[in-house]
Amino acid sequence: MSGYLRDVALLTRKDVLLELRARDAVPALLLFVVSALVVFHFALPADAAELAAKGMLWVAILFTALLGLGRAFQAERQQSMLDGLLLAPCDRSAIWLAKTLATIVFLGVAELVALPAFALFFSALDWETVAGIALANLGICAVGTLVAAMALASRARELLLPLLFLPLAIPIVVGGVGASVADDGGRYLGFLALYDAVFAIISWASFEYVVTE
Amino acid sequence: MWSRNNAVPALAAAAGLLVCASIALIFFWIPEDADQGISQKIFYFHVPIALTAYACFGWGALKAFLHLWRRPPGADLESYVAIHQGVIFGALTLITGSIWARASWGVWWAWSSEQLVLFLVLFLFYSAYFMLRFSVEPGPARANLCAVYALFGVVLIPISFLAIRLANDFIHPTVFTSQGPQMAGSMFFTFCVAWAAMLTLAAALYHIELAGKRLDVSLRELRERLA
Amino acid sequence: MISARRLGKRFGRKRALDRVSFDLAKDGFLLVTGANGSGKTTLLRLCAGLAAATSGELEVRARREEIGYVGHEPLVYRELTALENLTLFARLYRVPAGEARVGMLLERFGLWEERGSRAGDFSRGMLQRLALCRALLHDPELLLLDEPYNALDARGAEVLDRELKDLAGARTFVVATHDPDRVSALATARLAFA
Repeated sequence: MSGYLRDVALLTRKDVLLELRARDAVPALLLFVVSALVVFHFALPADAAELAAKGMLWVAILFTALLGLGRAFQAERQQSMLDGLLLAPCDRSAIWLAKTLATIVFLGVAELVALPAFALFFSALDWETVAGIALANLGICAVGTLVAAMALASRARELLLPLLFLPLAIPIVVGGVGASVADDGGRYLGFLALYDAVFAIISWASFEYVVTE
Repeated sequence: MWSRNNAVPALAAAAGLLVCASIALIFFWIPEDADQGISQKIFYFHVPIALTAYACFGWGALKAFLHLWRRPPGADLESYVAIHQGVIFGALTLITGSIWARASWGVWWAWSSEQLVLFLVLFLFYSAYFMLRFSVEPGPARANLCAVYALFGVVLIPISFLAIRLANDFIHPTVFTSQGPQMAGSMFFTFCVAWAAMLTLAAALYHIELAGKRLDVSLRELRERLA
Repeated sequence: MISARRLGKRFGRKRALDRVSFDLAKDGFLLVTGANGSGKTTLLRLCAGLAAATSGELEVRARREEIGYVGHEPLVYRELTALENLTLFARLYRVPAGEARVGMLLERFGLWEERGSRAGDFSRGMLQRLALCRALLHDPELLLLDEPYNALDARGAEVLDRELKDLAGARTFVVATHDPDRVSALATARLAFA
């Protein structure tokens, strides 16, 4: 395994280990996404279409991700550990990649519960929706991790993250909802893949500038 | 130095002349649209303003890229000022677009108008840019953050455009096009003059704001040296 | 190893460092003294590459893996044990025979017995020892120590004394402290901030 991937694996494992120890994020994400689904049941009128419920599912996922991203750099923030990682000789983009992978894992665990809950409460899920969510997770976590690192530097951290993130996430919602509700879901899945590729590359390339001066 | 002292007033004068010329052409030269009447004339404001806003965002991103690449002093400030102008022109696009929507479809807001929705997304995005900029201490770290976010902006423009076009397919199955009849020569000429006027106006405003901001910086340094 | 020319750093309107110039030869020992808030920490952060100067020039002829840094924060994860923290950094720094080196440093700084405890349960002094272990782990060429005696008890301070004495002359040091007596004998150069 090359040095770069070894660093990424090391740092990802570190984040997963920290989460297993502290249980900071995943239980909160689970509780949040299920609560949100329950709220949506009461927010939707009784005769609302199945399509409306699917739209709500995407809102739930987006805001759950936002909650998780707000905690993404928690360990680094509390002990200025970002400095500790920046001092290490590893490529800075490896820090971004590891954090993105860890966030995908946490969000994925939350969705493993949320999707069956959605199927139970509202309606069955088709494969296009599930594929859309998998693709959306990549884009959300790639862009979200970068934006979370940006928000870290500001005074209004918690406030700033959603403001920075939501305009960037609008195309994800379009792609995701399209994949769930349109007849030709494949087109929207393709769009999500395009989004992932474009934004993952520029996030990967620009992370170093976000964390250094 | 001639360039520093006279270039901005010259640019401002050119912008003033071009704006007057374009207004004269729009209202007194080209014939009124057969279908839409006088309200169609807002096209000659709305579209040039929108294109100018794109140009400002693009210029801001270019300066941001230069900052990250070569670190020339001042690129951060230039990027910020360009985006500031872009947001002003973007807001004008939203306002003129909304008026146009009211005049032609009877509603102040139309989700089916791709240009309008895209500018709303961009307006939100660049407003967040300002929130970011004003919540971080000035310095090299802030310059980097803003530059990266500005670069995200120009990537977001085509991606959002694509997204909005795709969204219209499932939200409004009937595809709406703003393509009117082919523009006549006189209309095209007027359009180009109006566009040139807006671009020159933006350039003049950009240089004026930049000069003001630079003056602020020099003044602060002078004050510190005296203190 | 380091040369600084009219180095300046400002945070917003506050000037943290104002036109600092110095040269530090390889294997030299620069003692930086000054009151709290006089810019010692800023200077060390600039040398470590954690911050960029806003004016002047700074050249540090050491790659990132050749720099060891001790700052105000211990720079260890509180939820990981002492051993896990050092092992993580040993791998990131590609320390050859990392496990043996980690064990030796823990032993030397009197933390071997506590290797399995969470760093978050450590006292300030123990965290400082762990921070020193982390900085020395990869046997760096250039050591940037910001108040290294901070929070250390008499025994810990003695261990550090010995460590510095052993390495002085063979490694390059920049040590910032408001209490210079402990290390002044080792210093080959001095920089005093007002």
